[in-house]
Amino acid sequence: MTASRLTTGGSAIDRSRPIRFSFDGTNVEGFAGDTIASALMANDIAVVGRSFKYHRPRGIWGAGVEEPNALVDVGGPRATPNTRATTEPARDGLVAKSVNATPSALADRNAFLDRFSRFIPAAFYYKTFMWPDWHMFEPRIRAMAGLGEVDKGWTSPGSADQINHHCDVLVVGAGPAGLAAAKLAAGASLSITLVDDQQKPGGSLGHRAGEIDGKPAAIWIDETIAELAAGGHLILPSTTAFGIYDHNLVGLNQRHFDGRRDTLWRVRPRQIVLATGAIERPLPFANNDLPCILSADAALAYLRRHAVLVGRRIVVATNNDSAYEVAEAVAEAGADVTLVDIRRDGMPATKARLVKGRALAAANGKLRVEGVTLDDGARLDADCVLVSGGWTPTIHLFGQAKGKLAWSEARAAFLPGDPVDGIAVAGAAAGAVSLSEVFAGSQNAVASLGQAKVVTPRSTGVEATGGIVAAWPAPGSKGRIWIDYQNDVTVKDVELAARENFVSVEHLKRYTTLGMATDQGKTSNLPGLALMAGITGRTVPEVGTTTYRPPFTPVPLASFAGARAGELMAPVRRLPLENIHRADGAVFQEYGGWLRPAHYGGRDADADRTIQDEARRARQSVALFDGSTLGKIEVIGPRAAEFVDFLYYNTMSTLKPGHCRYGFMLSENGVVFDDGVLVRLDEHRFVVSCSSSHVTAVHARLEEWRQDRFGRGAVYIHNATAEMATLTVSGPNARKLLETLDFGLSLDDAGLPHMATGHGNYGGDEVRIARVSFTGDRSYEISIRADRAEPLWAHLRQAGQAFDAVVIGLEALMILRAEKGFIVIGKDTDGTTLPHDLGVEGPRAKRRTEFVGRRSLFTEEASRDNRLQLVGLTVPQGDAPLPTGAHGIKRSGGRLRSQGFVTSSYQSPALGRPIALGLIERGAARHGEAIEIQHLGKVSTATIAAPCAFDPAGDRLHA
Amino acid sequence: MQLFPCPFCGPRDETEFHYGGDAGNVRPDGADVPIERWADYLYLRGNPKGTAREIWVHMSCGEFFVMERDTVKHEVLSSTALGGEHAA
Ligand SMILES: [Zn+2]
Repeated sequence: MTASRLTTGGSAIDRSRPIRFSFDGTNVEGFAGDTIASALMANDIAVVGRSFKYHRPRGIWGAGVEEPNALVDVGGPRATPNTRATTEPARDGLVAKSVNATPSALADRNAFLDRFSRFIPAAFYYKTFMWPDWHMFEPRIRAMAGLGEVDKGWTSPGSADQINHHCDVLVVGAGPAGLAAAKLAAGASLSITLVDDQQKPGGSLGHRAGEIDGKPAAIWIDETIAELAAGGHLILPSTTAFGIYDHNLVGLNQRHFDGRRDTLWRVRPRQIVLATGAIERPLPFANNDLPCILSADAALAYLRRHAVLVGRRIVVATNNDSAYEVAEAVAEAGADVTLVDIRRDGMPATKARLVKGRALAAANGKLRVEGVTLDDGARLDADCVLVSGGWTPTIHLFGQAKGKLAWSEARAAFLPGDPVDGIAVAGAAAGAVSLSEVFAGSQNAVASLGQAKVVTPRSTGVEATGGIVAAWPAPGSKGRIWIDYQNDVTVKDVELAARENFVSVEHLKRYTTLGMATDQGKTSNLPGLALMAGITGRTVPEVGTTTYRPPFTPVPLASFAGARAGELMAPVRRLPLENIHRADGAVFQEYGGWLRPAHYGGRDADADRTIQDEARRARQSVALFDGSTLGKIEVIGPRAAEFVDFLYYNTMSTLKPGHCRYGFMLSENGVVFDDGVLVRLDEHRFVVSCSSSHVTAVHARLEEWRQDRFGRGAVYIHNATAEMATLTVSGPNARKLLETLDFGLSLDDAGLPHMATGHGNYGGDEVRIARVSFTGDRSYEISIRADRAEPLWAHLRQAGQAFDAVVIGLEALMILRAEKGFIVIGKDTDGTTLPHDLGVEGPRAKRRTEFVGRRSLFTEEASRDNRLQLVGLTVPQGDAPLPTGAHGIKRSGGRLRSQGFVTSSYQSPALGRPIALGLIERGAARHGEAIEIQHLGKVSTATIAAPCAFDPAGDRLHA
Repeated sequence: MQLFPCPFCGPRDETEFHYGGDAGNVRPDGADVPIERWADYLYLRGNPKGTAREIWVHMSCGEFFVMERDTVKHEVLSSTALGGEHAA
């Protein structure tokens, strides 16, 4: 035994609640309040993982979010891969497994890789496996690398909550700086939100010495938190502020330990106080990645919080004052301690043996530390090495907010530079060391927000000092010195990058992968760029830092997704009669955002037969169709006629009240944007009946032109699409069926001719009936209040029995319209189709008034004589329908050239042969011509024809 | 996430807005507009570094408005309804 649990102490653990969990199949015992890491350490489990590339044995380095080594996959119902053992609470029954190690971290079968490490420098894989193809080698290389694995037995515990929150001051970090800032801001009558990533507040005060206002730190923390809670302020423990976004929106991820998903908070504070502390850096010496080498501060945290003494014979290596408190504390707890300080004029020590002016040259040992060699060659026995290479202020959030950093030679660190609006930095994050400095910083951070009615806390105990002499990794060092533990980047890799001229810090990062691991280089970035500075003869600020980006620590994707999953990912729009259709056996599909019946009955293999049957019966007698999704956007006002003239390609102002006209809307580049029927209800009132999937876009476009060209008083636009259901009755017996219901208006050709609209009444509700046809047969579209559609639909169905009426879904309607050569915009057209490509030339030639897209119809491109034009394509009876998307081809000189493509293709039950529509080069002038059609290498022949294949004279409209 | 001030509704998250183009990109009418002028109107954008005047629409209320903002600092300088009757 080297590391062990002491019999007393430990502020975080509850000895009355023992727990037991498994790590790599071994039983681990601990107490409630342990992290996985503290429990592993208490059980003297030194090797907890394998490095990413070389499979080096790795132990626990830190006690917090900066941990580069101790990643574990947590299994079971709350399975999470790549969890930091240092921040994950241990709990009874938990199953944890080391990452990138088979079968276990201690006996990893890929450990042999480390013996070849000198042949595997940075970029080795990319340089070596280029021939013949990297992808040939990639699967095996990837299998040896990588981190955690997703638990395939995982089931979703539901979606994550997302909360929007506002407050005056958001304080990030509940250490001494954050607590003081919160206390002062609360005293100025501001609303506070205080967040901390630990379960318990206090930050460094949880394990570092301190006395505040004459009280022990622990008492002061409890009192301050109680005071804030009593004041109604929001305190969020186990919550990480992971990002600052535009206009100071702060993202928080709150953890729960009761099985619930994390909660995402979007906070918009007036002022942000970053009291995020600092992270201890490693020191450079050979084999500095061996297990049982850890951050000195972490060792103190394990001692004071978890009563774990990390070793028996401990060497503490430092370049600064902060390690002295650690050395004294572990010596006090019973360890034999040697403190090696690279400075000649360090501080005095009482309980630890002091070696001044010396540094560590190497750590010795295979699977864990067995001793160290000093730079004078002296060897010391040790079972544990504690390291303090100085402190890197946690200024990630400040950097994300585009805050500029300023290099401090005295602190050997980047500190926050020029202030950013709405953001103050306090405490160790701003370079403060003693509690007096910390509290002064907190006071400054909130001073501008208002007059605090409470007194600034006062440090009354021994004050920490910040003496440091920088000890960066040096070029040409002997042995293998790790910079980035998780991604296996050594001094030699950085030197290689410099030799190959990747000297910019962003290039260094990408070439060596320094700082690109899941820890994002929290311990490694500064040493890495300081080394690059040394190699290239620049200063550290000249090299600079890489860009800070969110998230500060990994955030589950579930937090960002929130409720937007499954059905709520992209919610469909639903028909008022959906449940009725469902009861009728409708098979639903999503069409342009709407959930609509594709066909009624006939699933899977029977679907095609059902669709054919619906389309055939529709032509025989009468079909009922729910067309409620059709756009119904009303344009009302004194300039409504002028407005629709401008919006449509076709002249609409000549339309008589009570009539309808089919037309195109173009984009300003001339391309057909939508088609549909415009209904004129009276002189100043129109209804734009646009495509179902285009309602929102057409509405937005109408509003844009209304506001930007016509003015608010000229027209008023109202989208009534969802207010009205539209039920369509189509077929030779449509009129006869409808005449069995009494709408109070004449439905014959004299009373309601094709392309006319009239008003009737059904069950006391007004109905609008339009003679408009998308099938080519006599059709009536009946629009009624959506909430009154159900009895009318039932009535139509019941009356339809006498006529052998068929209810059809959208798929059959698609066949019927294609038989007639009626297009669907976006299916039979693309982003280059102009109206005259569809055979509608009149307005272009004749219109004298302005309309959207007009000028674009007179360009060289628009007048090109080889444009793709809408055609029908016929194939011999007995052939299969052409594949949609197949290309019409032309052969010239042994080469194939596309001449356009098939846009719609179906088997037509009415014609007993396949039909198709397509966009074909010069197609309008080529009717009767044969064309080769190619799809996936298969070539067939079709004949170009007019788009309309069924009832070209249109007699059935009046039948 | 930026906060944009709708002249009618006040400050709202940027996700509630759609960009509508450069303000002042006046549409030239007529079938005989010089093609270069028409191409400018259709395709050429200022993309200024610094202060930009832009048309935006607040989709929650449907109103278009002019917003001046700094494209570098992401600072919103002004926001005015089309026609100028509302400002925020
Ligand atoms: Zn608004």
